Amino acid sequence: MISKNSVMVFIEQDDGHIADVSLELICRGRELADRLNVTLSAVVPAQRSQEIVARCIAHGCDEVHVAEDARLKHYRTLPFARVVSAAIRKAQPQIVLFGATVVGRDLAPRIASELKAGLTADCTDLQIGNHTEAGGAKEYKDLLYQIRPAFGGNIIATIVCPETRPQMATVREGVMKMTPADPKRQGKVLPIEAALRDEDFVLEILHRERKDKSVNLKAANIVVSGGAGVGSKESFKLLFDFAHMVGGVVGASRSAVDSGFIGKDHQVGQTGTTVRPKLYFACGISGAVQHRAGMQESAKIVAINTDKDAPIFGIAHYGIVGDLNRVIPMLMKAYKSK
Amino acid sequence: MPYNCIVLAKQVPDTKNITGQAMKDDGTVNRAALPAIFNPEDLNALEMALEIRDRFGGKVTVITMGPPAACELLRESLYLGADDVVLLTDRRFAAADTLATSYALSCAIRKAGKFDIILGGRQAIDGDTAQVGPQSAEKLGLNQVTYVEKVRDIRDGKIEIERTIDGGSEVVRAPLPLLLTVTGTANEPRPFRTKRLLQYRSFTCAAEIMGKVRKQIEAEGKTPTDPDIAARAKPLIDAATAEGRLLKVWDADAIAAEADKIGGRGSPTKVKKIESIVLKGSDLAWIEPNEEGVKALVKELVEEHIIG
Repeated sequence: MISKNSVMVFIEQDDGHIADVSLELICRGRELADRLNVTLSAVVPAQRSQEIVARCIAHGCDEVHVAEDARLKHYRTLPFARVVSAAIRKAQPQIVLFGATVVGRDLAPRIASELKAGLTADCTDLQIGNHTEAGGAKEYKDLLYQIRPAFGGNIIATIVCPETRPQMATVREGVMKMTPADPKRQGKVLPIEAALRDEDFVLEILHRERKDKSVNLKAANIVVSGGAGVGSKESFKLLFDFAHMVGGVVGASRSAVDSGFIGKDHQVGQTGTTVRPKLYFACGISGAVQHRAGMQESAKIVAINTDKDAPIFGIAHYGIVGDLNRVIPMLMKAYKSK
Repeated sequence: MPYNCIVLAKQVPDTKNITGQAMKDDGTVNRAALPAIFNPEDLNALEMALEIRDRFGGKVTVITMGPPAACELLRESLYLGADDVVLLTDRRFAAADTLATSYALSCAIRKAGKFDIILGGRQAIDGDTAQVGPQSAEKLGLNQVTYVEKVRDIRDGKIEIERTIDGGSEVVRAPLPLLLTVTGTANEPRPFRTKRLLQYRSFTCAAEIMGKVRKQIEAEGKTPTDPDIAARAKPLIDAATAEGRLLKVWDADAIAAEADKIGGRGSPTKVKKIESIVLKGSDLAWIEPNEEGVKALVKELVEEHIIG
């Protein structure tokens, strides 16, 4: 028996490895499902699913819809769309969530179009709440508030889909907290009846290359980030030295990356990685909304900037007006003699 | 063998260069103060289509949906080398979300005729959704390849593509026809060609002419009425028609779009609330930029177990 009206999460995997964002969505999905008093389900297209299913359940899923096929080892649009939409048609969830990754952003709109469902991209928050139609003609209970930055990050929009189901959203990686897994949790496994056809596999993957990012910004407790104010690739060395000393990693604003001071793997912000470390140093970063969107949840923010009016000071806990080339050595000296 | 390409392009407010003047006193964005530009990644898509045409032959058609002012995007497409351009405009398209937009675009693509490849930018800088491409592909029953970096070759009815994936890259081969979305790093769009600029810069459409006449009347300090606008616009429209300077314009009827699938009616998503980003006032402590100040900061961070 499949539970209808569930909250469903698409589980993104590549060659058996689950994307972090999928587990983050299970954790948030669990909270939404509890709030709505419904089941949390997952949909898993994969070559082999046993381990993936176990992790989904441990993180909070009640039901896992599974399609196993050797041809589902790597993501391709058509077969994945067929499997996921078959699962949605069968289970009729009220909400379906995807990671806002390359895969999620390729797949979710395809499915939304097929189901004629509303889809909101790149959400940074999800809530449940009521909605009154403009003019007050109609009331809707317990809709999914899909909250996202728009207009280049200058506004935050709350989007709802009052009439259509499922309510669909892609969610940025790193914005939802992952809660610990409970290996004792129990859940059901349900096969997806999706007849994959040969014509679903007309796209051939000739070559594939994946490398792990050179820096793990998300896992770091301390991030030392530099912006345009750092001025050069050479000057970034000071940030690396400081980060190394305090056991942190180096981040960067988009303009530092675009200026070629540092690699894109280090980019924090709306188009880079979202971080929430214990301590964030913003060095020579003016604090454009796009950058702030990726770091403002940091527990403590120290901003160093020569311009006392820089927007970064608006969200910082500690502000130092000064040249980072003078201030960082002072910080290092003070840390050494602590 | 020649291939026909259709490029989907959008005119967007230039959100990347929001300056102080573009913010209103209440902290919201003053859209009117932002220049309307060719969505950057759509320019990359057009460049890719022009390169395909230069290499294999065929025709490049640009379709844009938007207000009459989007004629500017079509003129720019012509300056760059597009063979044909279409403006999809109708008040009934207004307030469309990505689903309603992709439906209207798919109707227009069907009307535009035979094609091999549809291209669009990966996403537009006003909404950053990246949804209209895949949704249009689905509506047309086409395969799709998103995040395209390079077209390697087209042979035997198949296209070989390099694309970005999370944490890496992929080379894929797929049969035509299909839809591609192109990233900003795919290529360097070519400059306008002077000869074509001179040839096409006076191309326009009736609605654009009427919009300009309305502004002109307002600038004269008068209140524009419809008969006034029509009377003044008529000779201009007649001249453009006689000289063959009218751009192709399609409305909802021209593309046989169903009324309940376009505009706000065809849009399942609704905007519930918009908030400007306002800097949240934090309990900011200023630290003196000297040895003592910094030392006190480090001491505090250590005592609070924020750094070890």
